[in-house]
Amino acid sequence: MTLPAARTATATGAVTSAPTVTSAPTATSARTVPVASTTDPQPAPPPRPWALLAELTHGCPLHCPYCSNPLELTRRAAELTTTQWADALHQAADLGVVSAHLSGGEPLLRSDLEAIVAAADRAGIHTQLVTSGVGLSRARLDRLADAGLRSVQLSVQHADPGANDRIAGRRSFADKERAAAVVREAGLPLGLNVVLHRHNLDALDDLIDLAPAWGADRIELANTQFYGWALRNRAELLPSREQLTRARRTVTRRRAELIGRIELVWVVPDYFDGNAKPCMGGWGAISLTITPDGTTLPCPAAASIPGLDPPNVRDHRLAWIWDHSNAFTRYRGTDWMRDPCRSCALRERDFGGCRCQAYALTGDATATDPACRLSPDHTLVDDLVDAPAPPEGARGGLGHPRRPSRSAETAPEGAA
Amino acid sequence: MSTTDAPSPPDWRPVLAPAVHLRHDRVRDTDLLVLPERVVVLRGNAGTVLRLCDGRREVSDIVVELMRRYPDAPVADEVPEFLGRMRGEGWLR
Repeated sequence: MTLPAARTATATGAVTSAPTVTSAPTATSARTVPVASTTDPQPAPPPRPWALLAELTHGCPLHCPYCSNPLELTRRAAELTTTQWADALHQAADLGVVSAHLSGGEPLLRSDLEAIVAAADRAGIHTQLVTSGVGLSRARLDRLADAGLRSVQLSVQHADPGANDRIAGRRSFADKERAAAVVREAGLPLGLNVVLHRHNLDALDDLIDLAPAWGADRIELANTQFYGWALRNRAELLPSREQLTRARRTVTRRRAELIGRIELVWVVPDYFDGNAKPCMGGWGAISLTITPDGTTLPCPAAASIPGLDPPNVRDHRLAWIWDHSNAFTRYRGTDWMRDPCRSCALRERDFGGCRCQAYALTGDATATDPACRLSPDHTLVDDLVDAPAPPEGARGGLGHPRRPSRSAETAPEGAA
Repeated sequence: MSTTDAPSPPDWRPVLAPAVHLRHDRVRDTDLLVLPERVVVLRGNAGTVLRLCDGRREVSDIVVELMRRYPDAPVADEVPEFLGRMRGEGWLR
C-alpha cells in the first residue's frame, strides 16, 4: 500500500488528544474522555459513548458524608447478576464504550468482581477499579489483574489518619496505604482521588504529598459536587471562599513542582467559580452510568430528576436506551435550552451546566445551572456559599454519614 | 501521565508507557490510545507508527521501515517529530 504524501501528513501529524472534560459528581466517578465534536443539527444518530460508569453495588464499608450515591441505596439482593453485568458490558462495547470505571459503593464487595472485569476485558473495554482500598489484598488484586484490570483509583479522605477515619466513618487509612502499596507492587497505574470540602481543604498540601509517597501517577482533587448524600450534607461540606483561594494557590504551586512526575487534576468547585461545568461533557454525549440494579442513566445523579422514566438494562437493549430512551434524549444537544443558554456563545461548551443541579436548586431541570453567573437564579448559589457554617454539633460538623436505610443492606459491612 | 520537555535521547528505542494501551476501535474504525481517565483518538497512520514502537527498534529503524512501506510519504521529516511529541505527552518512553 502506498499512501500519497498529503495523506501521510495528516497521518502522523494529526493525533488529537481531544479536549478533555472532567465531570465529577463524586470522587468515585470523575472521568476524562474526549469530547465528541459534532454539531450536526438534526436526526443524525447521537455520537457513540466512550465511557461507562458501572456502579456495581451501593454496599460500602465507608460512610462518607459527601457520597454521591442516592439517599435511597439499592439493596444487595436487587443488584444485577454476574451474567447481567457481562451482557451489559458486551452491549456497551458494541455501542462504542472503550473504558469503564468499576465503582460503587465499594466494588470489592462483589465477590464476582473478577468475572465482571474479565467480561469487560473480553469485550475490549479498559477497566479501572474505583475503590476505598478496604479489602484489597495482594491476592485479590492479582486475581483482578489476571482478569484484565488495567488501573486502580483509590479514595483518600484526609492526609491525617485520624481525620481520614472520622470522615470515612470507619478506620480505613491504614488499609488505603496498604492498598496503594499492593497496586504499585502489581505494577498497575495508581490514581488517588480526594473529595475536597470544608474539613480537608486546609490539608491540601499534605494530601498532595500522599501521591509521591504512595507511588501514585495521578491525584484528583475533586471539590465536592452536590448530589445525593453530599447535597443532603451541603451546609456542613461547603468550604469558605478563603479556604478555596488558598487551595487554588496550593494547586498552582504543587502542579509546577510535580510536573512531569505526577498529574494533578483539580475538579472545580462550581458553586464558587461563577461558571457552569460542562457536566458529563453534555447530556448523553460521551458517557453512561449503569446503577447497581441496572437502571441506566446519562449520569449517576440523573435519577433525581422527575419524569425521566429511567430505563433498565434488564428491560431494554443498551443501544435503544442510548439512542431513543426519554432519559437520554431529553436534554441531549441544545434544543431543550431556554434563555440565557439558548442564545449563549458557550452553549456548546458548557451545555448549560448540570441538569441535576438545575433541578435541585430551582425545581426546573431545563433552567440554566444556577452555578453560572448568567443564570437568573445565580443568587441561590451565592447565598449558599456565603451562609455561615452550621455549628459543629455531635458529628464534628460532618453532617449525616452515608448509611443504608434499615432494609437496604443485606450483607454485613466490610464483607468482601 | 508524566509529561516531559526534554529532547529525545539519540539512541531512543520508543515503547508505549506501561499505562498506555494501543487498540483498534471497531465501532469508530480508528486507532486509540486508552489510558486511565483518557482516550486519545489517533488519526491517519499514527497507529501504524506506534505499532512499530516495540522498545527494540530505534527511531531510525522505524523511519526505515515506514519508508519501505510508504516510499512516497515524507516519513523522515514527520515521524521523528511525531514520536517526540508523543514522548512529550508521556505516552511513549
